[in-house]
Amino acid sequence: MNKNNILTIIKKEFARFFGDKRMVFTTVIMPGLLIYIIYSFVVGGIRDTFESDKDYRAKVYVQNMPQSVQPMFEALEMDITNANNLDIEGIKTLIEKKDVELLVVFPAEFDNAVANYNVLDTAQVSPNILIYSNVANMESDNAETAVRNILTSYEETICNKFNINAYTEETANEEFNLATDEDFMGQILSSMLPFLLIIFLYSGCMAVAPESIAGEKERGTIATLLVTPMNRSHLAFGKIISLSFIALISGLSSFLGVILSLPKFMGSTIEGMPTNIYTTSDYLLILGIILSTVLILISAISIISAYAKTVKEASTLVLPLMLVIMIVGIPSTIGGGNVQTAISWYFIPIYNSIQAMTGVFSFNYSLINVGITIVINIIYAGAFSYILAKMFNSEEIMFSK
Amino acid sequence: MEEILVAKGLKKAFTLSRKQQKLEKTNCKTKVAVDDLSFSAYKGEIFGLLGPNGAGKTTTLRMVTTLIRPDSGDAMVDGFSITANPQQVRERIGFLTSELKLEDFFTPNYLFDFFSELYGIDPATRDERKGKLFARFGIEKFAEVKVANLSTGMKQKVSLAISLVHDPDIIIFDEPTNGLDVLTAKTVTDYLLELRDMGKSIILSTHIFSLVEKVCDKVGVIIDGRMVACDTTENIKNGKSLEDRFFDIYSELKGGSDE
Repeated sequence: MNKNNILTIIKKEFARFFGDKRMVFTTVIMPGLLIYIIYSFVVGGIRDTFESDKDYRAKVYVQNMPQSVQPMFEALEMDITNANNLDIEGIKTLIEKKDVELLVVFPAEFDNAVANYNVLDTAQVSPNILIYSNVANMESDNAETAVRNILTSYEETICNKFNINAYTEETANEEFNLATDEDFMGQILSSMLPFLLIIFLYSGCMAVAPESIAGEKERGTIATLLVTPMNRSHLAFGKIISLSFIALISGLSSFLGVILSLPKFMGSTIEGMPTNIYTTSDYLLILGIILSTVLILISAISIISAYAKTVKEASTLVLPLMLVIMIVGIPSTIGGGNVQTAISWYFIPIYNSIQAMTGVFSFNYSLINVGITIVINIIYAGAFSYILAKMFNSEEIMFSK
Repeated sequence: MEEILVAKGLKKAFTLSRKQQKLEKTNCKTKVAVDDLSFSAYKGEIFGLLGPNGAGKTTTLRMVTTLIRPDSGDAMVDGFSITANPQQVRERIGFLTSELKLEDFFTPNYLFDFFSELYGIDPATRDERKGKLFARFGIEKFAEVKVANLSTGMKQKVSLAISLVHDPDIIIFDEPTNGLDVLTAKTVTDYLLELRDMGKSIILSTHIFSLVEKVCDKVGVIIDGRMVACDTTENIKNGKSLEDRFFDIYSELKGGSDE
């Protein structure tokens, strides 16, 4: 009776998982939903509280307003009050109470003082402008920045010797950053997505494999399977294939949550950027890498789970592996889309997946390296499945108490 | 008479942890659970392994059912070696023990179908067997109730039905009535006799004298991992009650002291 029981095991695992609404909700729907809600509303909301009301007109008091900068102040859309005859200390108190945003005190005869000031004469003291603001008041802080900016740019214009990429009639249509929008977007995505994907996939695997293998061992239900004449490798393959699928949809759910909340999360950074920058073949390569990665993760976690005596022990034992994966993934988040080109790097599982994904997302990959990644991962997963089958056959591992 | 199970020199030792060594008050790193055990069971008979707790009954049955491998010795089940052809042995036996659990999440109906599929039973045969077994044990009403929600007795009956999905000729029971109420225990013992009448061979382990007296054709008495007596139940009893004979044998072996 050498019947192939892989399919029977897969069907049972699916019936177990998809038949349990709570399990489907907590492992598939909830992660994606939670990430979407947190990223879009909570993070978006936090950012909103740091953004000031665009229509707000800051109340600014100015003493000794010089003629030279007056037009710039008027362009600021602030309520400017002449404070020449007012009590400075009184205005400071108002700023402290957040009733007034800003007080700017120019030295008397500011324009003359600036004109007469010689940078090379060390004995001279340069004219000093005093700006009083309240950093605890966001409107005040913003007004301070705005005023400081116009004054700094005024200072630059009076001693201007040259410009860089200045806006003139000639350069009006000139593009100085020669990266295409696609390249820029690819760089952003390649620094985020591979790391997030691998972490989400690992979480998906962690959510299902210990329960299905250590759990069955703990509850004594796997022994019932082991008295049947079923081939142990069929049990191992059936478990790994079905768990990989479930982990994949769980990981992709989280991933979808990130992708959907990306516009809100990234805000203006990616505003106006092209979103559809990858081709079908790019997506197919990514899918291939993801699938092979899930197989290797599930088979590795399955081995740990088969070794563990309880689900709890298994969950503890798989945590160090999570750390390893995070550490391996971090370089991809700061590498700006640069990847290893030497083939040898792609023989290291997990690292190769992250490198290959970063490459594909940043349009910077070799098909050979991606191919090696997928093949190597599948070979490792196969080897791990073989070990798992051996473990199922080992009484020390399966029946030790 | 045709031998259906022949065990020859089965031996199994377990490694003891430090804690276990302390509990057993020993410095030995291993404990011999089964020591050179040989016996034969015959076709169409009920063979009982009788012994106190820790005598090695369960270990013996686990070896015979290929869940664990003997350190030395072998057993032939219907002509197949448990060490050389475990796969063929598994195909021919049904094994029931309280250690083999059913997944709580599934219903008896689903599990019966699932295990039938693992044994490669065609759906028509499966449905016929399921109908008979479920009717015999009163499972029909609970066929669609998750195992988690069944009573202990009903779980045991479902386990029994599922261990028979492939209609095995050799049925091995480890403590078949342990933890069951009198009614369920009676259903199980009655069924053992029915199975024998159907021509099946049964090997069971127990420490309950009355069960052996009631159903076993032959009995092997195991003490400290060794077979100390093995004969027909009548010969073993030798005119006394099984209980009395057991204590005779026990004191002969242990020199009258009750450790």
